Amino acid sequence: MSQNNKTPHNKNQATFILDGKTIPFTEGQTIIQAAMASGEYIPHLCFNPEFKPHGSCKICTVTANGRQAASCTQQTQADMVVESNTKPINDERRALLQMLFVEGNHFCPSCEKSGDCQLQATAYELNMMSPHFDHFSPDRPLDSSHAEYLLDYNRCILCSLCARASSDVDGKNVFSLAGRGIKTHLIVNAKSGKLADTDFTGDDKAAHVCPVGVIIKKRVGFAVPIGKRSFDEHPISATPHPKVRDV
Amino acid sequence: MNMPTKSKLRIATATLAGCFGCHMSLLDIDERLFELIELAEFDRSPLTDIKTCGPCDIGLIEGGLCNAENVHVLREFRANCKILVAVGACAINGGLPAQRNHLSLSMILEEVYHAQHGLVDGFIPNDPELPLPLDQVHPIHEVVKVDYFIPGCPPSGDAIWKVLTDLIAGREPELGHGLIRYD
Ligand code: SF4
Ligand code: SF4
Repeated sequence: MSQNNKTPHNKNQATFILDGKTIPFTEGQTIIQAAMASGEYIPHLCFNPEFKPHGSCKICTVTANGRQAASCTQQTQADMVVESNTKPINDERRALLQMLFVEGNHFCPSCEKSGDCQLQATAYELNMMSPHFDHFSPDRPLDSSHAEYLLDYNRCILCSLCARASSDVDGKNVFSLAGRGIKTHLIVNAKSGKLADTDFTGDDKAAHVCPVGVIIKKRVGFAVPIGKRSFDEHPISATPHPKVRDV
Repeated sequence: MNMPTKSKLRIATATLAGCFGCHMSLLDIDERLFELIELAEFDRSPLTDIKTCGPCDIGLIEGGLCNAENVHVLREFRANCKILVAVGACAINGGLPAQRNHLSLSMILEEVYHAQHGLVDGFIPNDPELPLPLDQVHPIHEVVKVDYFIPGCPPSGDAIWKVLTDLIAGREPELGHGLIRYD
């Protein structure tokens, strides 16, 4: 029987427990889908409810009946006991975020996406006070070949959302992840490797899904000033899945 | 006069490879500076012009490490300060100066002092008094243990004040939404 339930649902609906709250779900829903439908926030980066889950960033890891699982791929089961907002899990999430920060080059003070960036906002949410690890300082040249869009590879977290959007929604194949393990990197599918030599346009879904500041529309970078952006107003946890605001 | 005065906390501050923006933010605590100097006095700091750091309770470091002298000052602070705080993006992740990290130092010096347009008879400064640049700009936690971090470029006066007052009161510093930011 459900107790202390704030989300109205009918008596026969299956439920599970998330951090002590009773959450309804429908057959086939993953933990994060059911949580979001009830307005509950589980930190995540590579998950976007509009796309097939990728299960790669592991930020959405929870324990389900005591076992760790990515909540974006783990199906919900009746009476499952899920823990998400606990110190040990948040400590691990923070360590994952710190690794993402040192692997790339994240100079938030000069980033067009600052204040609208899900990596940054998730790091705020999880109280990431420092990158902790040593920086890789990789050399990743920009691609400014396209007339309307800039690619700043320094900030890529390899979530594959652009690749999923380009193939699944746009019916194009502009972006891919290439290489393996630590060598995984984002590529543009053109002989030259340049965005200008693809059929990418600003109308593509792929132009509007990057959770960080890689795919940047030119000439509007700071039209909305720093301090007046989405996550300046509300912490990311206030919106279970924030819409990516174009910058 | 006959009351024994409670000994004040000692605070030291330094700018390494930073722009003094974080020190400006410290001054942005405005009239709370009066409250602060009731509780604390300043040791080595650009505000006092004292050149070496003595034993202190709290050391605030702005800026990352871009040359040998920065490393020397940082070690002096770590040896003398009970609590060392990294203030601002540059101290925490190298900040914008670290944007040179993927370039070779010799190429940068060449470009700045020799090759750039308009330089006549340019030469790379080599006065022995000049501290040697490091090959990369490093955040301070890569060299010494850092106790607390105040991110931001610069952190707001409110964020600095929050951490200072938490530390002075013996609380674990906590920033929370609006005060923790990286830009
Ligand atoms: S992409 Fe996000 S985390 Fe990276 S520099 Fe930009 S704002 Fe910062
Ligand atoms: S460019 Fe953006 S959307 Fe594409 S993989 Fe990198 S972080 Fe994800």
